Amino acid sequence: MTGPVGIVLVSHSAQVAESVADLARRLAGAGDAVPVAAAGGVADGGLGTSPELTARAAHQVDRGAGVAVLVDIGSAVLTVKALLAEGDELPEGTRLVDAPFVEGAVAAVVTAAAGADLDAVEAAAVEAYDYRKV
Amino acid sequence: MLDADFFLRWMNALADAVDREAGRLTELDAAIGDADHGTNLQRGFTAVRAALEKDAPDTPGAVLMLTGRQLISTVGGASGPLYGTLLRRAGKALGEEAEVSRAQLAEALRAGIAAVAQLGGAKAGDKTMLDALEPAAAALDESFAAAREAADEGAAATVPMLARKGRASYLGERSIGHQDPGATSSALLVGALEEAAR
Repeated sequence: MTGPVGIVLVSHSAQVAESVADLARRLAGAGDAVPVAAAGGVADGGLGTSPELTARAAHQVDRGAGVAVLVDIGSAVLTVKALLAEGDELPEGTRLVDAPFVEGAVAAVVTAAAGADLDAVEAAAVEAYDYRKV
Repeated sequence: MLDADFFLRWMNALADAVDREAGRLTELDAAIGDADHGTNLQRGFTAVRAALEKDAPDTPGAVLMLTGRQLISTVGGASGPLYGTLLRRAGKALGEEAEVSRAQLAEALRAGIAAVAQLGGAKAGDKTMLDALEPAAAALDESFAAAREAADEGAAATVPMLARKGRASYLGERSIGHQDPGATSSALLVGALEEAAR
């Protein structure tokens, strides 16, 4: 009935967002199975967060099963929260996921590729915080 | 009573103040942030000015809603969603009234401030815009001049504070001794309000 959960990666930098999207796709071996969109930087290519790029990315990956949005820092967090508060800017079932950006993106894409629902994708991304490195 | 014209004067006076003070805001932000506060706000208010000119809303609430909407979509930094939320929520609280009292405006601003506090997770004393806005909204019950004074004092009072939110918080102790750029631009917002009331 519905496709996979969509993933949006919002970073201050277009390169960071694109690269993390690419990394997550490749590590997950997901190919094009999971719609992942990068929303990095502002429209003119500078650093910052663009609500337009973010909303466009969310609509682009929406397959009806919800959209998980992962963000880096500062205005990326606030911009997505403000868009969600607007109510009608992002597809229904869009969720800001509280997760580390790179690790969370990989976990989210892997989980979405397995056909999991939005709750499971979110849980996998959030869990990435618990993975200690030392 | 305050009508849509008053709110348009307020927003235009604020856009002027942002133009005038953009350099100083960016300088303050260079000390403890990422040196874009002035330019970001200037970009936002240039869009606001154009939007209000093109389609002058006819109620106080609609002026604030349109301004907030423009700021959210054009600023590019954290001040966009923060000021956007402040003004949109205040505008929503004013509803569709053609004229509102100073007390209603104060109440609406407090609703906007509460939304900003929730969005950013900050509280008074964290060295943010709230340190200028909260005392100003309280003093607005007394007069526009009192609000302006409270905002200016609130912004100045951020100098000795330790930043707990935003990029400045990464600096820890080194954030002490600098006036917060967000509290400074918030004081401009309240100053423009008093200007519009003159």
